[in-house]
Amino acid sequence: MTDVQEAPQPETLHGSPVSYSRGQKVVHPSRADYVKVLKKLLDDGFAMCSDLTAVDYLTHPGRELPSGVDAERFEVVLNLTSIATRDRIRVRVQVPESDATIASLFELWPGTEAMEREVFDMYGVSFDGHPDLTRILMPEDWDGHPLRKDYSVGRIPVQFKGANS
Amino acid sequence: MTAVENVRQTNEGAQEMRSRSEIGARELLREVGAVLRMSEAEAANLGQIPVDPDEDQTMIINMGPQHPSTHGVLRLMLELQGETVLRCKPIIGYLHTGMEKTGEELTFLQGGTNVTRMDYLSPLNNELVFSMAVEKLLGIENDIPERAVWMRMLLSELNRMSSHLLFLATNGMDIGAVSMMLYGWREREEVLRFFQKVTGLRMNHNFIRPGGLAADLPAGWRDDVLSILEMLPPRLAEYDILMTDQPIWRERLQGVGVITADEALALGTSGPILRSTGVAWDLRRDQPYLRYDEVEFDVIVGTYGDAFDRYAIRLNEIRESIRIVYQILDHMPLGDYRIQNKKVTPPPRARIDESMEALIHHFKIFTEGFKVPEGEVYVGIESPRGEIGCYIVSDGGPKPYRIHMRAPSFVNIQALPHMMRGGLVADAVAVISSVDPVLGEVDR
Repeated sequence: MTDVQEAPQPETLHGSPVSYSRGQKVVHPSRADYVKVLKKLLDDGFAMCSDLTAVDYLTHPGRELPSGVDAERFEVVLNLTSIATRDRIRVRVQVPESDATIASLFELWPGTEAMEREVFDMYGVSFDGHPDLTRILMPEDWDGHPLRKDYSVGRIPVQFKGANS
Repeated sequence: MTAVENVRQTNEGAQEMRSRSEIGARELLREVGAVLRMSEAEAANLGQIPVDPDEDQTMIINMGPQHPSTHGVLRLMLELQGETVLRCKPIIGYLHTGMEKTGEELTFLQGGTNVTRMDYLSPLNNELVFSMAVEKLLGIENDIPERAVWMRMLLSELNRMSSHLLFLATNGMDIGAVSMMLYGWREREEVLRFFQKVTGLRMNHNFIRPGGLAADLPAGWRDDVLSILEMLPPRLAEYDILMTDQPIWRERLQGVGVITADEALALGTSGPILRSTGVAWDLRRDQPYLRYDEVEFDVIVGTYGDAFDRYAIRLNEIRESIRIVYQILDHMPLGDYRIQNKKVTPPPRARIDESMEALIHHFKIFTEGFKVPEGEVYVGIESPRGEIGCYIVSDGGPKPYRIHMRAPSFVNIQALPHMMRGGLVADAVAVISSVDPVLGEVDR
C-alpha cells in the first residue's frame, strides 16, 4: 500500500522532483542541487529548519522514490517550517556510502549546526563547510557510528572506570 | 588491579571549547555569534563587546555537568573576562542512552514506553506525538474516536501545566526564590496525583497509544480536574505577589539573556523562547492538531526576548491551559476511548476467556505487534518546551525502521551561547533556567 501519488506530469519544485508521503510534501533534490534548492526554499519563506536527521537504508533498499532519484544508502532528511504560510515541507537527499559527504547548511540556518553534528556522530555523514564537525552525543574517541544499521545493538561492553574484573 | 581491555576512559576532546590562541579568527567570530548578526546596526553593536582580549585576560571554566542548576547533566564551558561571559559552549551527551536505536528494536506498541522517557517532564506529549505519527502511517488518524481525542487534549494540557509549574519552581530556586521551589513542586504534585489516578503512574505513563488511550478516565475524574482548576488560579496569584511584582525578581531577569526574533528563528528555537521575541508561533493555533481549533485560547507572546518574558509567558500559559481545560470539560463526549480497529486494538479482556481467536489475536498483538505500511511521516506538536516532532520510517514491519524525535530542548539549548554572550556569569544560571532544558530529551 502506498500513497505516493504519481501525477501525469511529474511535479517538480525548483527543478527537483516532488512526492507526497501521507499527504506531506517531500522534495528530492540531488546532492549537487542541495544547497541551491534549500536556498530557494529559504527565500520562499521556510525560515525555520525544524529538524535535520538521517536514515540508513542499508537493510531496506527498495523504498519508493520518484523517478530520476537513485536510492543510496544514506538519506539526509530535513523538515522545514514556514511561519508565514504555516506550511511544512520535507527535503530528502540521497547520500552514497562510498562518499558520505554533503554540504553544510550552516550558512542558511545556523541552527542546523547541532543537528548536523548529531547526524555526523550517529551516521558518519560529514558536512562540508560545517564550522565544528565533532561528535556531539558520543565521546570524541568512540568507535563507529551507532545508528548505522550494521552497528549492532548490545555489542558494546559496559565501560566502567577502575572496576575490578 | 588488572587492566581490562574494554575498560577505557572516554573523553570529549575536540568537543570542548578551545582557547583563543588555538582557533582562527573566523571560528572565533562564529562562536561569538557573528553569523547571526543580520542587520548592520547589530553588526555595529558587536564592537561594543570586548571581542578580542588577550589570552591571559580570560579564563575558561566548566559549569557542570554536576552543577545542580544545570537541570541534569548539562555541561557548559564558559570563557570569562572578569565576570563577563565572552563565549559559551554547551557540551552534551552525558545522558545519551541511544533511545533512537532502542526504538528501532521495539514494536510500535512498545515504542510508547521508550519515547515517554525522553522529555520526562512532559511524557504525555511525547506519547502523543509518537502515537499521532504511527496513526498517520497507518492511515487511521481521522478515525480516532472523539472521546479519545478530547482525552488526549485534556492530558496534554494538564501536562503542560505540570511542566510549567516545575519550571516556575526550578526557575525560582535558580534565582534565589527558594520558597518558590516548594510551592511549584507542591502544585505540580496535585496534577501528578491526577495522572496517577488516571494512568497508574506519576510519570512515564505509556497511556496514549497508537489508536487511542490505554484506558478510560476513572470515575470521579471530573471533580479531580475541577479541584485542580480551582486550586491553581489563587496560587498563581500568589506567585505574582511572590515573584512577578518583586523588584528583586525583575532586576534579576529583565534584560538578561536577550535574543532577537531573527536569531531565534535562524537557530530554529520554538516554544516560549521563540514567543518571547514576539513571534506568535504556537502549533496548537497555527497547525491545529487534535481539536485545538475548537477551543478558544490566546497565544502568549513577549516583547523583549529576555528571561523575564520567558518566565511570564510560561506563567500565563498555565492560565491559558486552565481556560482550555474548562472548555474540554464542557466538550468531553461519551464514547470509546480507543479505535475499534482489529488491526491495532487488542480484544477486550472478557472476550479472551470465551474466544480462541480473541486469545490468539491478543497474543499476536502483544508479541509480534501490528504491521505498519511502508512509508515515512513527520508530525510536530507543541510541547511545553516547543515543537516536539516525530519522524518515523516504516519498512512495512511491526517495528519502526527509523524513529527520530525532534527534541525541542536539543535545539533550544543551542541558543544558550547567544543569550549568554556579554552577560554576567551570575546571570548564566538565570539564562539556563529560562531555556528550561530537559537533558533526557537533549541527549536521548
